[in-house]
Amino acid sequence: MSEIERTATSALEQGQPVWEYADAPESTDIVKLEDRYGLFVGGEFVEPKSGTYFRTIDPATEEPLAEIAEAGPEDVDLAVKAARSAYETAWHDLPGSERAKYLYRIARQIQERAREFAVLETMNGGKPIKESRDVDLPLAAAHFFYYAGWADKLEYAFPNRSPRPVGVAGQIIPWNFPMLMAAWKIAPALATGNTVVLKPAETTPLTALLLAQVIQEAELPPGVVNIVTGAGATGSHLVEHDDVDKIAFTGSTEVGKIIRRSTAGSGKRLTLELGGKAANIVFEDAPLDQAVEGVVNGIFFNQGHVCCAGSRLLVQEPVFEPLLDKLKERLQTLRVGNPLDKNTDIGAINSRAQLTKIEELVAVGVEEGAEIYQPECVLPERGFWFRPTLFTNVSQSHRIAREEIFGPVLSILTFRTPDEAVEKANNTPYGLSAGIWTEKGSRILWMAERLKAGVVWANTFNRFDPTSPFGGYKESGFGREGGLQGLEPYLELAR
Amino acid sequence: MSQAAEIERSRPGLARYVPKDAPRLIARVPAVDAVGLEERATALAKRSIKRESKLWALDLAIRSMDLTTLEGTDSVGKIVAMCAKAVRPNPLDASIPSVAAVCLYPQLVPVALGQLKGTGVHVASVAGAFPAGLGPLGARLAEIREVVDLGADEVDIVLNRSLFLGGRYAECFEELIAARDAAGNAHLKVILEAGELGSYDRIRQASVLAMAAGADFIKTSTGKIGVNATLPNALCMMEAARDLFHETGHRVGIKLAGGIRQSKQAIQYLVLLYETLGPEWMTPELFRIGASTLLNDVLMQIDKERTGRYQGPDYFTID
Repeated sequence: MSEIERTATSALEQGQPVWEYADAPESTDIVKLEDRYGLFVGGEFVEPKSGTYFRTIDPATEEPLAEIAEAGPEDVDLAVKAARSAYETAWHDLPGSERAKYLYRIARQIQERAREFAVLETMNGGKPIKESRDVDLPLAAAHFFYYAGWADKLEYAFPNRSPRPVGVAGQIIPWNFPMLMAAWKIAPALATGNTVVLKPAETTPLTALLLAQVIQEAELPPGVVNIVTGAGATGSHLVEHDDVDKIAFTGSTEVGKIIRRSTAGSGKRLTLELGGKAANIVFEDAPLDQAVEGVVNGIFFNQGHVCCAGSRLLVQEPVFEPLLDKLKERLQTLRVGNPLDKNTDIGAINSRAQLTKIEELVAVGVEEGAEIYQPECVLPERGFWFRPTLFTNVSQSHRIAREEIFGPVLSILTFRTPDEAVEKANNTPYGLSAGIWTEKGSRILWMAERLKAGVVWANTFNRFDPTSPFGGYKESGFGREGGLQGLEPYLELAR
Repeated sequence: MSQAAEIERSRPGLARYVPKDAPRLIARVPAVDAVGLEERATALAKRSIKRESKLWALDLAIRSMDLTTLEGTDSVGKIVAMCAKAVRPNPLDASIPSVAAVCLYPQLVPVALGQLKGTGVHVASVAGAFPAGLGPLGARLAEIREVVDLGADEVDIVLNRSLFLGGRYAECFEELIAARDAAGNAHLKVILEAGELGSYDRIRQASVLAMAAGADFIKTSTGKIGVNATLPNALCMMEAARDLFHETGHRVGIKLAGGIRQSKQAIQYLVLLYETLGPEWMTPELFRIGASTLLNDVLMQIDKERTGRYQGPDYFTID
């Protein structure tokens, strides 16, 4: 018996894992951080008139990464003015084929610098590097490529409706997919001839600022894209600015409602992509092992910080027990820890505030009598962490089955018939996404017709593509992003 | 003690099935979604295995290897040379373990037995009209009995794809049970020839049938057709073995064969095994890789991990 074998055997006897994966951290050398970042206005990085800065950190270590300018009312005004001037003089009447060239250039640069972007995204947001590398960045580039293709074909997208740009778009994006959301917002707006003022989330501004550098290098006419960093106040300055023609917001339903009130009667166009409490529905004939993967991906992808996360698992009663056993076993193999490690499955919670919110709702779940399951795993001492969590014994009236937790927490409910599954799935104020797991094609179609959700996935979950429109029903918002439908919010169309 | 009772004892928890159970066994096999399965296999293959964890995996890859030659041209000389390599893969390095077994055609079993006596390296023989498995049943069973009588302690047989794909499950199962009995106490590996089965659903069904018949191992491929072991095929079989373990407490081994030539591939399969079936399967008792050229690449990678430098191929013996 070799020495390694002996060690392995004794480790197994002691109940330890036989095979420890050695640390495999992605190097951060590729990222060159500045101490301090200004606002990106009129093609230049400028000091904020507000004179104030805030700190952005790495949520996995709580170490500060950089100082970020906080845009006040005057700064937002300058950004909107720059966007207006670029719209009038350089962009709105530029031929679509010319606008496309800029978008292709940006897309290629994102691909070229994908690793740098991915590492920075992970450092600033806490998501596992394998996700920023394999999902966020490829999709962000794909969005720019996709909408670049539409820029000179708008007449074909909307025949006989003389598509014209709307003007200046104010865009506010969340912290869960910072770079991808920037791409979802900027690419269709630019392709359709609008100029933008983008406000990244307070906790995750860094990749948007790196994108500003790429935009500078692509020699996009100054002012076509402006990026103002800050917190909620900066966002509300942007929403309330008189010279903004359109607001696109992705974030919480709570803030979405405030924005809708604020823009009412202003003539501003509005699209909202808000919260969700998606049902992932598993029928008894489902491919169970793949359903387990889909459920895990549905709720633990990006630590559950996903508006379309499959946070309510609806299981047909005959397979409840086998599915639960499989899920619990699978949870044991999830690797929680350093987001920069290439083998990490679950990274850090994005901020202390979000962690507190998750902890509060999980405590409520336990209080309400739901049964909690969490796998054994060692969490790092510093940073914000939460164990992947399952709740059973959950009913529709529990808060954990109704409220968006936006964390790695899954509530499991059961159903008996397809009708009951539809009824329970739709019994929520939200309606962003849903998942169906069954081998029966006709049942997939029957369910999809009845589910009130913007996206219905069949035998998969959390799959995105720039060609596919994404958006919500009910309190999950309105308007679509992606696909041909994603052009419409940024166009005036003759009736 | 009758032979059947001995088999029963060596496979605790596994119910005895009769041929007419086969259609029912097949019917309750869960569906497999191809997209999801392939996605999971691809995701696991991206694990980054470095330094000491890589060395551990490479060591296990050697210890789990069935060093194989299955050519019409195999001669005594070829087998003698391969056996030497199996026992001492790197004659200059005593820390390199022997492989698990050599795998060869029946006629050459006595040669291998003579070479490997007392070394701990097992002798595995293909049998049962390998690789098509369509000889007369009596002759196939006789071949299995004969290699076991000769002294082979492991027998690799093929699933009758003609019966299986034709939906004649009871007959197919009956053959497998007969083969199990013919193999006696030898380790029985059933080759599913996954590349010929056409879908993952079929691979999973075939896995269940072979395991229910008492196979000690289910094996992906003969290595004789275009599609050999693939990551999703292997994952599909591992998931079948996992379900059987949860139902019965009985562990069936997984053998991959064909097309695994590089250390990187071997490590990917080990990751699949580790994260699907767990640490208990990380042993030659329950995991094998059938390969001919993989061994030298593993040796080369071990040297590279230890020294930081790659040695040229001429520094590794070709046998």
